[in-house]
Amino acid sequence: MGRHEQLKFPVIRTVGLQGMLVSFADALSEPSNRATLGFQAALAQVAIEGVIETSTSLASVFVRFDPSSLSHDQLRAQLESLLSDQDWYGAPLPEGRRFWRVPTVYGTDLAPQLAEAADAAGMSEAQAIDSLGSARVRVLTIGFAASQPYLGTLGEEWDLPRQTALTPRVPSGALVQAIRQFVLFTAPAPTGWRHVGQTGMRLFRPEREDPFALRAGDELIFEPVARADLLRLREEDPDNGGAIVSEITS
Amino acid sequence: MSGFRVLQAGPVVSVQDMGRPGLLERGISQGGAADVLALAEGAALLRQDAGLAALEMGGIGGTFEATGALRIALTGAPMQATLEGVALAWNASHQVAAGQKLVIGAARRGVYGYLHLGGGIATDPLLGSRAVHLMGGIGRAAQAGDLLPAGPDTGRETGLGITPEDRFAGGVLRIVESFQSSLFPDAVLARFGETAFARGGRANRMGVEMVSDGAGFSAAGQLNILSEVIAPGDVQMTGDGKPFVLLRECQTTGGYPRIGTVLPCDLARVAQAGQGAALRFEWVTLQDGLEIQARYDAQVKTLPSRCAPLVRDPAEMADLLSYQLISGAVSAGADPFDTGENR
Repeated sequence: MGRHEQLKFPVIRTVGLQGMLVSFADALSEPSNRATLGFQAALAQVAIEGVIETSTSLASVFVRFDPSSLSHDQLRAQLESLLSDQDWYGAPLPEGRRFWRVPTVYGTDLAPQLAEAADAAGMSEAQAIDSLGSARVRVLTIGFAASQPYLGTLGEEWDLPRQTALTPRVPSGALVQAIRQFVLFTAPAPTGWRHVGQTGMRLFRPEREDPFALRAGDELIFEPVARADLLRLREEDPDNGGAIVSEITS
Repeated sequence: MSGFRVLQAGPVVSVQDMGRPGLLERGISQGGAADVLALAEGAALLRQDAGLAALEMGGIGGTFEATGALRIALTGAPMQATLEGVALAWNASHQVAAGQKLVIGAARRGVYGYLHLGGGIATDPLLGSRAVHLMGGIGRAAQAGDLLPAGPDTGRETGLGITPEDRFAGGVLRIVESFQSSLFPDAVLARFGETAFARGGRANRMGVEMVSDGAGFSAAGQLNILSEVIAPGDVQMTGDGKPFVLLRECQTTGGYPRIGTVLPCDLARVAQAGQGAALRFEWVTLQDGLEIQARYDAQVKTLPSRCAPLVRDPAEMADLLSYQLISGAVSAGADPFDTGENR
């Protein structure tokens, strides 16, 4: 644990044999998420030979590289040099962002862990629906599964820990909650977060020319609707489940 | 077009290749064959590119009918295989005639067996790969009625065999520290390397559960760690401190902490460990890990030269005395690449 307490951000660490991670924080914040998006864009501009791909998580940029053509020492030096170029915590958000209003059923058999989550947050179910259903959240990163967004940041009252046991399976379009964030599930999967809402969003459409529904930086509101309404919207609009999208002009 | 029609298939049979690198940012892990060494072995046996797609069969194969003449190779977990009722050698290439029926049964050891077609399986690629990504919802498992078309096959040769690296009975997994290792107290890291594990009941193409006696392996602040990137080979602790070794079809990010990362060259050993197989983790330094992996990569390049005719007429063998004719047994724990046993 002593080793952990000495971390000073930003920090560069190794990931297995073939990866390096540049972390801007160990907790989610607006500036650290901005920093990751900006730093990744800058890395793409530099185009370091031997780098295979980069990706972002909430507060880190991951660099996968080929150690047989780019040594750990060389890559670390390049990353350090780029880090010292500017104050990444003030970097601007990406352009071309969109705002989505997503019809969502909270609770019922479609989202059976709402009551449990409301309880953990110290609210009634109705209060929880008001709170979650009016929060405007941003796509902080895409990860875990194809086109699957981590969304935040919710208020302090939603800083709930993950469950100790996994929920064996939530369906595609499930809205789950923990640690001041939502995740909206692309495909059926097990999760340690609580299943509080159900949407008709199909986030990954491999048969389409652009298969990925959301981009990092997009904003969403999960608006409460009745169970029967969602079922009807899913029939009428199998891709978006009735979600309405508009451009963000900032 | 030549190929196979699937008459019947086990539950976890799917087309696989090297997967889709470069889509991490979109939330799609590379995926691809659970045992990529088996892909390389099949390609060497058919004298073709290791990037071609093959059929991966988890635990049990299926029944296939050839729609034309084609060459095949069988690699990975050895399975019962017959062509028109005649037993076929595993780790070998064979000729199949139009209309012949290939039956592949249960694995005798290990988990994932592979059926390779001369010219590769030429299903339509999606996002740059033919690999089915079950977790990511790209493609689906093979079903009765599916057609597995073969690509253009420029080769002719069949009847080659290869002695595979034994990776079907567990063994030692070399592991390096990763960016979250320091969340685990030193005593927990040490105990992890001293613990005898067995492959648990929960295992799929995403990852494999490791079970052991005694306490779990927990990190500080275990349930509140920020979700971070996941690499294949990462050993992730679930909420109760139970390790899962993540494979190539793993999720791209996750919040449960990773104690370290198994070297890529030892991942086939994880995927192929049958239920209950004994496994152990051995910490190595980053530098040692890089050297072990580089040595392994160099050995994989020699696979084509290690394929030899299955049956040879001794009269044609001028170099007969250089052959070791009685060996072939490799111990489960040994690394044949280190000892040179697997020439």
